[in-house]
Amino acid sequence: MHELGIIVQITKSLAEIAETNKLTEIGSVTLEIGEVSGIIPSYFEDCWQYYRRKNELIRNAELIIEIKPGVTFCEDCRKIYETVKYGKECPFCENENTFLVEGNECIIKQIEAR
Amino acid sequence: MFKVYEVKENVFANNEREANKLRKELKERKLFLLNLMSSPGSGKTTTLVKTLEELKDKLNMGVMEADIDGIVDAKTIAELGVKTIQVHTGGMCHLDADMTRQALTEMGTEDLDLVILENVGNLVCPAEFDTGAVKNVMILSIPEGDDKPLKYPLMFEVSDVVLINKIDVLPYFDFNIEQCSKEIHKLNPKAKIFPISSKTGEGIQNWIDWLVAAVHDWQQ
Ligand SMILES: Nc1nc2c(ncn2[C@@H]2O[C@H](COP(=O)(O)OP(=O)(O)OP(=O)(O)O)[C@@H](O)[C@H]2O)c(=O)[nH]1
Ligand SMILES: [Mg+2]
Ligand SMILES: [Zn+2]
Repeated sequence: MHELGIIVQITKSLAEIAETNKLTEIGSVTLEIGEVSGIIPSYFEDCWQYYRRKNELIRNAELIIEIKPGVTFCEDCRKIYETVKYGKECPFCENENTFLVEGNECIIKQIEAR
Repeated sequence: MFKVYEVKENVFANNEREANKLRKELKERKLFLLNLMSSPGSGKTTTLVKTLEELKDKLNMGVMEADIDGIVDAKTIAELGVKTIQVHTGGMCHLDADMTRQALTEMGTEDLDLVILENVGNLVCPAEFDTGAVKNVMILSIPEGDDKPLKYPLMFEVSDVVLINKIDVLPYFDFNIEQCSKEIHKLNPKAKIFPISSKTGEGIQNWIDWLVAAVHDWQQ
């Protein structure tokens, strides 16, 4: 459900890009998805397969997903570490005064189209 | 041959542009749109009814119901004599700015001061899509547990107000309001937190005062 909502949103952006650049067919869409964005790539792929049958512009578009790792910054010891491995607690100083720097995004990186 | 077009745009950027445009129009029309979010059963409808009862002599209001059980909810609210419509999300888990704009047009907002949108009951998707509302309010109810800010951080980051509802049942649950408020403020230092009971009316006045002030501010 969640993934489908995002795909509908993506096709709205793609429609705008297509109009500006006078494109009629999209061959591929490359997305950058953060590891901790809450988006599950396999669900995303399923929703894509479902939705492209309903949407003319992306009917033949292949979905390419690039995963971006989650990176957290610790304000106490000012180091960065892997979010997925350690979570909220800093592995260096064991404090939780940390915040996510990267890995929460969902970006349309590029498309191939004509 | 296909050609490569660099896009480098956040998936939500397009919706955010639409939402900002809608907010600007609302400002010109002096109309305050409130986006109400929560999990199912946290007390959105009960809180809404209480709020409408308190304000119906002070403000002209409308309600948009995006909830799946909206037909029941819309009926409860129409009985109060408040303008109501049912928003169709087309099976979607959230409302975006486009859908919100359409719903406002369909309802007709001339001479309204305040429109409250009861968003789809879920703590994930509605938080990601800016509806164009002036303020976001979420309801967290005591039985849901005080760990929700940790599990659904984005929802708390985007909420201007958190209503901690059902405080009348506090004795039966190990919900630590103070600790929970701390977690919420870590995510969103500016969030206003009002513990309320929509059943007994406890704490409701604080929330009403905030809302009236926010609407007046917006209409200045
Ligand atoms: N004890 C207690 N019960 C409450 C309170 N507020 C709501 N309830 C009860 O909680 C249940 C759900 O309330 P609703 O107002 O329907 O919740 P909702 O969020 O609109 O629910 P959905 O629209 O189904 O997602 C009802 O049985 C209410 O009577 C409260 O402050 N205290
Ligand atoms: Mg309801
Ligand atoms: Zn540290």
